[in-house]
Amino acid sequence: MGMVAEAQFHVLAVDDSNLDRKLIERLLKTSSYHVTAVDSGSKALEFLGVLKDEQNQANPPSVFPNDHHQDVDVNLIITDYCMPGMTGYDLLRKIKESKSLKDIPVVIMSSDNIPSRINRCLEEGAEEFFLKPVQLSDVNKLRPHLLKGMAKESHPNIDKIKAMEETHSPDRTRTNYNGLEVA
Amino acid sequence: MEVGQMQSRLADYTKSLFMEGILDAQFLQLQQLQDESNPDFVVEVVSLFFDDSEKLLNDIARALDQQCVDFKKIDAHVHQLKGSSSSVGAQRVKNACVAFRNFCEEQNAEESRRCLQQVKQEYYLVKNKLETLFTLEQQIVAAGGSVPMIELSF
Repeated sequence: MGMVAEAQFHVLAVDDSNLDRKLIERLLKTSSYHVTAVDSGSKALEFLGVLKDEQNQANPPSVFPNDHHQDVDVNLIITDYCMPGMTGYDLLRKIKESKSLKDIPVVIMSSDNIPSRINRCLEEGAEEFFLKPVQLSDVNKLRPHLLKGMAKESHPNIDKIKAMEETHSPDRTRTNYNGLEVA
Repeated sequence: MEVGQMQSRLADYTKSLFMEGILDAQFLQLQQLQDESNPDFVVEVVSLFFDDSEKLLNDIARALDQQCVDFKKIDAHVHQLKGSSSSVGAQRVKNACVAFRNFCEEQNAEESRRCLQQVKQEYYLVKNKLETLFTLEQQIVAAGGSVPMIELSF
């Protein structure tokens, strides 16, 4: 706790259930992440500036600076799978299709343990698939993905953070999922 | 009754809820997420559960009352209820929802109505128990004591 002051990760949580939103927000804040919680995929895309991005594609690129869509800096997106309208899978695909967003790690949550669903999400590029209810031990698994994201931006303190992160928390055994775990 | 006795009574009461399968480990997880900066976390989450559940139970009842029963819609509601009960650790409600979903899949109206009654029964039971639990906690705090964290081995 309280290692590198400036490295506060920003996580965008997406869930249509207000109860689950409250829960995931608390879990993430316990790990000292800055959290934004929204209740739909479309609101998530709006927050990420994608809708704005698509509108701007019609205009000549010279008018807008390169990172006009980067109004917000999100380091990880964690989304529920079952949502009305845009599912978590749909959201995942849209993020991976977006030039500006595809490198943001995405984690899917679901209350249903359906191997084909899990596989589909992992194949589409999700970093992790958590079964609900999400536990603190699951949230602890997010850190490597967040650090990887930072490394891509060549964060100066990356080695320092990594060295401090050497303590591992015990893995919670989810026998159904573990066999599918992507290393 | 002095604080020590109240705390023992609360501990026994809480343990009984786990023994009877009314609550599961997820409830402990909620308690662990509560601290000085979030002192009412459990009550807040459980209140959301109560609000969500009551609305869903009403929606399901109404849907089952229709001439043409929309099982897909009912299943969606039950799925939501299963999710929220699972998130707070209301194990028996969750299990009743799992059974309910099977009958939705079979489009069995009669069994679905029976399941609804079952879910309602389990819901009102856990609601009653949790309200009692919170009252016991409040009494301890009002008497100047603190609510101990329950240690349970599963």
